[in-house]
Amino acid sequence: MKRIRKFGKNLYDNRVWLLMVLPGLIWLIVLKYIPMFGQIIAFKDFRFHPDGFFASVFHSEWVGFENFQFLFSTNDAYIITRNTLLYNIGFIVIGLILAVAVAIILSEITKQRLAKIYQTGMLFPHFLSWVVVSYFVFAFLSTDRGLFNSVLEFFGADPVSWYNEPGYWPYFIMGISQWKGVGFSSIVYLAAIVGIERTYYEAAMIDGANKWQQIKHVTIPMIMPLIVILTILNIGSIFSADFGLFYQIPRDSGPLYSVTNVIDTYVYRGLMTMGDIGMSTAAGLYQATVGFILILLTNYIVRKIDEENALF
Amino acid sequence: MHILLGTFAFLCVFPFIYVIIISLSNEASLAENGYQLIPEEWSFEAYAYLWQMRAQIAKAYGVTIAVTVLGTIISVAIIALYAYAISRRQFIYRKQFTFIAFFTMLFSGGMVPFYIVMTQFLDLKNSIWALILPMAVNAFYIIIMRTFFMRTVPEAILESARIDGASEWRIFLTIVLPLSIPGIATIALFSTLAYWNDWFNALLFIDDPSLVPLQSLLMRIESNMDFIQQNSMLTNQNSSILNSIPQDSARMAMVVIATLPIALSYPFFQKYFIRGLTIGGVKD
Repeated sequence: MKRIRKFGKNLYDNRVWLLMVLPGLIWLIVLKYIPMFGQIIAFKDFRFHPDGFFASVFHSEWVGFENFQFLFSTNDAYIITRNTLLYNIGFIVIGLILAVAVAIILSEITKQRLAKIYQTGMLFPHFLSWVVVSYFVFAFLSTDRGLFNSVLEFFGADPVSWYNEPGYWPYFIMGISQWKGVGFSSIVYLAAIVGIERTYYEAAMIDGANKWQQIKHVTIPMIMPLIVILTILNIGSIFSADFGLFYQIPRDSGPLYSVTNVIDTYVYRGLMTMGDIGMSTAAGLYQATVGFILILLTNYIVRKIDEENALF
Repeated sequence: MHILLGTFAFLCVFPFIYVIIISLSNEASLAENGYQLIPEEWSFEAYAYLWQMRAQIAKAYGVTIAVTVLGTIISVAIIALYAYAISRRQFIYRKQFTFIAFFTMLFSGGMVPFYIVMTQFLDLKNSIWALILPMAVNAFYIIIMRTFFMRTVPEAILESARIDGASEWRIFLTIVLPLSIPGIATIALFSTLAYWNDWFNALLFIDDPSLVPLQSLLMRIESNMDFIQQNSMLTNQNSSILNSIPQDSARMAMVVIATLPIALSYPFFQKYFIRGLTIGGVKD
């Protein structure tokens, strides 16, 4: 009784703050936590019920792990897992190298005006939607009109039906992803590099370090904590893919599914085109669970190595 | 070094220039020679054609602008309030509410349950709210704003305002918000960009042609140019006329029209964008 009264008093004393978090709280509950609870339909044979969402969930029949069995009995599960993981590992590694490299080069450019122009150019793709980018790509890859085939023709080679040839797409996807993202991700590193005290470099120069040695022994160690934390964040989402990149850019082309289908596009197609709600949810839950475990695991490892750099 | 960066920067902008060139090419020469860097014949026919379609395009622009403005305002308001509350030591449940937001970054409900909640529970199919609500709150921004509030709003100022008898709401509106304009502007900018470029929620929830935003319109004309006609005045045109329309250049002209506002305005807010990105770390 006393505790309840104390709780009531606490609520009352904090009413201003509670009122402030209320809109956000409602949003989080409805659009984040109810869907989390909704994941249980992965264990059900989902049937729409006229009385709305909760009725649908409660009235659908339990089927245990059947949806998962279906999912993992097909080849799809392997393909989407492989694609999602390999692409993301590629994005993280190559993205990190490029972003840090670009940031270091930008910081070394003494002509501020030129550096600004370069940065403006490199940041441009970030402001475009994937739909727009898909048209850009189409201008290059269109079979009968694209620039690539025009160039091939010019050199006497046969035109390639790019949207039917899966072999090239891992490189395209990787390249387009970096094209869109490098300018943006280098900003944070650039800010960190600019923030490094000049005296470190002066000391290094007195010790006879050349540019490359300065970068290796001053710049990189100084931005290491930032690299670690951004990489953890990326590893946390290693199991989810940028839907637009994998859906818009290949123009939903069937022959390319083997190299462009990722968990997100698979879930979308399962829901919208095949109407297989159970299996789609199972794939989504698989994605969310493995992603969750990966974040915890990475954070745990980082914590063991260096408490300072851990996310939580 | 200059050559390296210069080339990359050029490659980043080049496709857009290329698309502008295609949109200004004569359709017949496109059919014959493909997309050229320097077209045989320049032509404004694509834009003239889109001008006929202005009703539908204007509608899509209207939807996009409405969603972007409304969405950004709602989004900034909710995020700022939530983040401010959990940044104050007086709020004894701040840890719990921080966790409630933070946890959504770790574990997600997935697309299917989200879709069912939106359509069945909230009944938002073919509603403009289906374009606004899904992106209204972002846990990551809440955490960033919380850090920002903790760093830039010193407790001492608030304390003296409290002694003068100001209410928490008044303090928030007249002291905290003006102090936090850089942080708020950042969130607003990110949010504006996200709303402007969103097509995914339209893909999931919008069938009604009068609610299709710009990006989504662009997506739909990918396969058939006549989608754009569906709801415009020229519905009864027959297909022989449809065949003569500048399909390819008109598509690219649509891309240009949808991209131009961003392309023109972004160099101006790039400065704030960069500053925002570098505001503190994620951690406190």
